[in-house]
Amino acid sequence: MENIIGSQIIQSSDDEFIINVGPQHPSTHGVLHLQLKLDGEKIVDLKPFLGYIHRGIEKMSESLNYKQFIYLTSRMDYLSAHINNQACCLAIEKAIQAEVPERARVIRTLMAELTRLASHQLWWGSTGLDMGAVSPFFYAFREREMILEIFEETCGSRLTMNYCVPGGVMNDIHPDFVRKVKQIIKQFRDNLHEYDELLTNNPIFQSRTIGVGYLSREEAISLACTGPVARASGISCDVRKKEPYDAYDRVTFDEIITTEGDCFARYKVRLEEMKQSMNIIEQLIDNIPAGEYRTKIKGIIKPPAGEYYQRVETARGELGIYLVSDGTNKPYRIKFRTPNFSNLGALKPMSLGGKIGDLVAIMASLDLIIPDIDR
Amino acid sequence: MTHWIGEKLNALFSPEWAAYVGYILAGLAIIILVVVMAVVSIYLERKIAAFMQMRLGPMRVGKWGTLQAFADVFKLMLKEPLTPAQADKQLFNIAPYLVLTVSFLAFAPIAFSPSLQLWDMNIGVLYITSVSSMGVIGILMAGWASNNKYSLLGAMRSGAQIVSYELSAGIAILTIVMMSGSLSVSGIIKSQADGWWIFKGHIPALIAFVIFAIASTAELNRAPFDLAEAEQELTAGFHTEYSGMQFAMFFLAEYTNMFIVSMLGTTLFLGGWMPLHIGNWDAFNQIMDKIPPFLWFFGKVFISLFMIIWFRWTFPRLRIDQLLKLEWKYLLPIGMVNLVIGSIITWLGWIF
Amino acid sequence: MNAAKRYFTSIFKAIVALLNGMKLTGSYLLRPSKILTQQYPENRDTLYIPERFKGRVFMPHDENNEHNCTACTLCQLACPNGSIRIIAKNIEMPDGTKKKVLDQWVYNLGSCTLCQLCVDACPSDAIVMDNAFEFSVYDKSRLIYNLNKPGSRLKEKKTNSQV
Repeated sequence: MENIIGSQIIQSSDDEFIINVGPQHPSTHGVLHLQLKLDGEKIVDLKPFLGYIHRGIEKMSESLNYKQFIYLTSRMDYLSAHINNQACCLAIEKAIQAEVPERARVIRTLMAELTRLASHQLWWGSTGLDMGAVSPFFYAFREREMILEIFEETCGSRLTMNYCVPGGVMNDIHPDFVRKVKQIIKQFRDNLHEYDELLTNNPIFQSRTIGVGYLSREEAISLACTGPVARASGISCDVRKKEPYDAYDRVTFDEIITTEGDCFARYKVRLEEMKQSMNIIEQLIDNIPAGEYRTKIKGIIKPPAGEYYQRVETARGELGIYLVSDGTNKPYRIKFRTPNFSNLGALKPMSLGGKIGDLVAIMASLDLIIPDIDR
Repeated sequence: MTHWIGEKLNALFSPEWAAYVGYILAGLAIIILVVVMAVVSIYLERKIAAFMQMRLGPMRVGKWGTLQAFADVFKLMLKEPLTPAQADKQLFNIAPYLVLTVSFLAFAPIAFSPSLQLWDMNIGVLYITSVSSMGVIGILMAGWASNNKYSLLGAMRSGAQIVSYELSAGIAILTIVMMSGSLSVSGIIKSQADGWWIFKGHIPALIAFVIFAIASTAELNRAPFDLAEAEQELTAGFHTEYSGMQFAMFFLAEYTNMFIVSMLGTTLFLGGWMPLHIGNWDAFNQIMDKIPPFLWFFGKVFISLFMIIWFRWTFPRLRIDQLLKLEWKYLLPIGMVNLVIGSIITWLGWIF
Repeated sequence: MNAAKRYFTSIFKAIVALLNGMKLTGSYLLRPSKILTQQYPENRDTLYIPERFKGRVFMPHDENNEHNCTACTLCQLACPNGSIRIIAKNIEMPDGTKKKVLDQWVYNLGSCTLCQLCVDACPSDAIVMDNAFEFSVYDKSRLIYNLNKPGSRLKEKKTNSQV
């Protein structure tokens, strides 16, 4: 039985099943099309097919000027939208060597950590949902809703904020920002035990994730995995520690590394990262420096001809933006090195030999956002 | 009340006809009861799930959303009942009716109150368990006849699950039957006149109750054991290809089975329609006696229903091999040891 | 013996953990005051919408039906996907010179990404982001409309400078 999709088909013998997972799928992390070859319940081969949500962001950016293409990047990894925008602004500021005021740096860092927290909360909720427990989804969204309300008050939008501009941030923070952020941190710390009671200590969840989907350290390095996926396999790769940007050089936080490399380890790494994000926010929230929130960049932005690279740490791993400028006001080429594209490569080695039920657990622990892969 | 109806019928018809009309009326009463219970339990499930998840649930259809089930049924009736092209047409069409019929059949020996029992046969409990085992045939039929490898996978898993858990459920039931000494429903309830089995047969009955709760949740294909019909897995289970009224039949059959299991559990462990008596507190016992027996019965049934719903919305799902491992390595050995201990305790007379 | 002990302790711990989880959801069941959802069309009076919420682009007019837009088209140049079209016309001034003024400020709400770049680029504070949010229409062409009201004109400045 053959499935003809593109030019690559999985050949099958007579007693093996070929099943397509997606692209429309209820446990959807986006439109991902996987072709599985099954032998009974065991997975023998796995092939992802991409491109269902390719919108041509990199090509579109070549016809927009440097201030305009930033809004497109919010739609790549929409759960860390602010961090994507921050990456672009940092790259442009590196190219034109603009000075960013301290206040803007701290505000950007705060927003980035809040985004990371919100993204991990949504990840936690959808992990519960994929495993079959529906209630954790709603508890996660309660917390996320509070963070999104803060974004709505300061930036105007909840998901695609377009708040970073080259030179700083677009508006100053709302007067209620500090008070509300402190309230959220306190409330979230009080509610964190619920996360443990519902999923972490649950024997059913533990039996579905411990020992499932093992990714060894060597394999993670050769597949270029970053983010919590790599940190759970013992690789120290946090960009915020290696090449600090914005205000990360003045906060102290731990980089969470475990060595087990299975789904439960990735789960624990992300839970700990949420706590570290709260630590960073607490360190910065009382010390936002006064001053300008934006340096006006006069005229049209025209970086000198050359190549510029900037890396940031999104909620899922390392995002890199490679900017090639030819001296005009529109970029010549922009290429994004997205974390989800490399993490997708880890899906096959982790799930071969496992069962279909394990595949769902592995995809939930990888935390893939498909528009980030296809751009 | 049944005497009153009996007299009226005897006045109207000749004796045989009165009997037949009585049977038809009883059948109709069961059908209406099942429909009402299904509607109520659908509403309860959605509202309880909503309140556990900090939201409101159905609110628009009818005041506080009470008519939501009717709206859903109406929608399902308007859908086009598709039969897949190469499906086995006879089996495909019969399967939902088989599952539903089997669920209705199990209502016969259940005692709602001392005078409301359809058929007090002397093997009531055996009848219920054997009739509900036939439901597996319907499920496998549905999976096979759909001509869809996903449905077949789901039906196979579901079949394996149900057949395995019937063993543990049977052993738990056997523990109580052995302690009370009779298989008939009224006999078991009468033996609980001085206390419910869950209190009288202390440890063995308690363990049997826990095993029965887990095993019957698994037999219903409900979370945390609903791998066969989960949307997050690859397949939507054996009822993927069904739409419209046929899907409604499967749905209805699931809720009816939920009721049967709750009623069986109530009869065996929680005393059926027996009120709660505590030792020698006569005043308390008198007040408890004033509440009519069928209210006691339905109250206990709703409590067990609530527990089943609570399980569904709290726990994640078990994988199929973990499910079967739970049964064969944990529930069955513990159940059998429990049976032996229970029989020794009963023989020595150490129950209350 | 060790295996038996582990068998039973694992069962015991599992049951305790499961009961803890049930206790949590049960406690939410008993606290209806914690319900977060709101019934939308009935709660319009008490809805809280932050003032900076980006609902659509809006051109404020004062009580004399005057606005601040000078038709400089900086917003049209800043918009990344062409949701703005400025149509200007030349009028005769009392002293004989021709001046370019705004005729129609055509806004395509259907394609606007609410990125605020136009508001950012405007040198005369003519447009702001409004926080209205109910825009459903049955016909897509009704999403393209003019922001300036008919008969409105540019507010006269007290001084002679344009900025």
